Amino acid sequence: MFDNLLGSFWPYTIDGLIVGAIYGLVALGYTMVYGVLRLINFAHSEIFMIGTMGAAFVVMTLGITQPLTGLALVGGLFLMLLVGGLASAGSAVLLERIAYRPLRKRGASRLAALISAIGASLFLQELFALVIIPNLFDRPQQGRNQMGVARIMEKDVLFTVGGAQVRLDHIVIFVAAVGMMVLLDLLVNRTKIGRGIRATSQDPETAVLMGVDIDKIVRITFIIGGLMAGLAGALFILQFEVTKFSIGFLLGIKAFTAAVLGGIGNLRGALVGGLFLGLIENYGAAVFGSGWKDVIAFSVLILVLMFRPTGILGESLQQARA
Amino acid sequence: MSANTTITNGKNAFSAFSDGVRDRWADAPGWQRWTVYGLLFVAALLLPSETIGGFMSPYSDWASVLFFPVGTFVVLAIGLNVVVGQAGLLDLGYVAFFAIGGYSMALLGTELGLNFWEILVLGVILSAISGVVLGGPTLRLRGDYLAIVTLGFGEIVRQTAENTDAIGGPRGIAGIPHPPSIEGVELFGVEIFKYGVLDPRPYYYLLVVVATVIIIVVKRWEKSRVGRAWAAIREDEDAAEVMGVPTFKFKLLAFAIGAAIGGAMGVVWAGKTISINPNDFLFMLSATILAAVVLGGSGNIPGVVLGAFLVAWLPERFRGLSDYRILVFGAALVALMIFRPEGLLPSRRRKAELAEGTGGMGSMGAEVPGPDSHASAEGAAK
Repeated sequence: MFDNLLGSFWPYTIDGLIVGAIYGLVALGYTMVYGVLRLINFAHSEIFMIGTMGAAFVVMTLGITQPLTGLALVGGLFLMLLVGGLASAGSAVLLERIAYRPLRKRGASRLAALISAIGASLFLQELFALVIIPNLFDRPQQGRNQMGVARIMEKDVLFTVGGAQVRLDHIVIFVAAVGMMVLLDLLVNRTKIGRGIRATSQDPETAVLMGVDIDKIVRITFIIGGLMAGLAGALFILQFEVTKFSIGFLLGIKAFTAAVLGGIGNLRGALVGGLFLGLIENYGAAVFGSGWKDVIAFSVLILVLMFRPTGILGESLQQARA
Repeated sequence: MSANTTITNGKNAFSAFSDGVRDRWADAPGWQRWTVYGLLFVAALLLPSETIGGFMSPYSDWASVLFFPVGTFVVLAIGLNVVVGQAGLLDLGYVAFFAIGGYSMALLGTELGLNFWEILVLGVILSAISGVVLGGPTLRLRGDYLAIVTLGFGEIVRQTAENTDAIGGPRGIAGIPHPPSIEGVELFGVEIFKYGVLDPRPYYYLLVVVATVIIIVVKRWEKSRVGRAWAAIREDEDAAEVMGVPTFKFKLLAFAIGAAIGGAMGVVWAGKTISINPNDFLFMLSATILAAVVLGGSGNIPGVVLGAFLVAWLPERFRGLSDYRILVFGAALVALMIFRPEGLLPSRRRKAELAEGTGGMGSMGAEVPGPDSHASAEGAAK
């Protein structure tokens, strides 16, 4: 039963780390919005989907058929990340403005906000399936099909670790993801904006009294979360080369699971939770078969929360909720 | 600003009207209430008529639509309302219990050849046990942690079904038996106990009876010590615990009851559909049922029934929009939550709780109103 896992331990580890890094990036959006608004931003999975679409659009518009090399590759990658990130960040701002802010102003319950989020999520998925994919991607009648995206970089094997091939795109994805998280951590802990975010998540009322503009902080939170999800989307395209209107759903749930695993509201926890989840589900798939991947991921979540009810690293953006 | 005021006034008029009706209802003598209940029950039985169906459902068979999704959603919403509306626990994986009920019917019916009524009892017990099994270790978690754990549980149940070949894997189970028929009992020209393939009306009547029993039981519970304990937990769990309410026990009870209702509906549903497969139990269904509860006014049974009816019926009614109906449904959910976050028919107590920001889930963080929205926040507090 464990032969498969032990026999190809390193390949599973590499795959787990790559997927985990993407989970971690998406989890950041959940965790930041949760930290500031105490809201499970269900539509965040669609923000991620929009990121993959942005990146796929770049690849399509550039008319890439052969993998790029040299400077063209760097430029192409940069453009993918930029467009994916901007598309997601823009949508996240719109989402906040339309679906959440009116509720927040009325002091609506979080349950109402959750329903609003689910509604927004449905709306965005259908918008892409019905309008955007058929028109923008020129695929009439195929809005619900999976779209293949051309390969943008050659997947050369750089070196091997214990029999596992480490490719250039693996390095790019992992370095980009971890680098973004480090930058974000610095932003939240070192800058004035970051102080505003932390203050708001700890105690919104006092933050207002201290001169924090809450609306602005919430908007910035959504921009950052959206940006991270968009980058994750572009990296996802780089790794898996497919997307779909509903691609965000399962990945979003997993990313939220990662956020909770690491301790929701905790930025470093999002990375730890993401990598942990990515590894566990790949090892689990190796042992029990790939069909059980998600079952294992969620079982681990339940087990972890039974013994550490606030996640691996605990909650930190906010004070622990009693 | 003036447009805003008009909207507020319109809302207040509606609230005042519904409050007025509610006051009169509270003062009405028992016989009047029972008459209304009786009339509602008869109305429910008359609902599948062709005349009503012609308007309500021009695109598909009205009696079938009444069974699924309308009736099914109503029962599921009442069950979820016990968990979310009454005890204030956010459950995002409610479909798991529906699935357990459905698979009980399918497995016990095809493998062991038990009859529908036996399975109904067993299915309810099994799903209640699964509720306790899930709730036991996880109900000590609060709020959103519980939400994600229940969501995970829903996916675990579905994917386990998909990966277990012994219960059909992704193809599911076919050839599920119907409830045993009694021939020859006719009412309005319908053989009401003949559970065949062609006529969906007997199933609908069965569903109405099941729903009525469930509503009566849930209503009695709500008014008992149990219901008061749930309300206390929902409003402030710590305070309830300090006042001597065994919160864990009552939360577990709410979970088990909600699960049992979901399971019962699963059995009834599988008794009609002949074949089930794991894709009948997607997360989307949990989300839709939750939307029904919140949309109607969580905690208030008439509201929840209304919400479930609308959520189930509107997409069917507007099948003419074909592809765009889900898009419109999503946008409508957002719009309704913006204009009526407490739901269409909230219970008065629940409305007050929501205005205060209590009620299990509490309000969003960063809800401190800015200078421009101060008045509306004050209005909500009154």
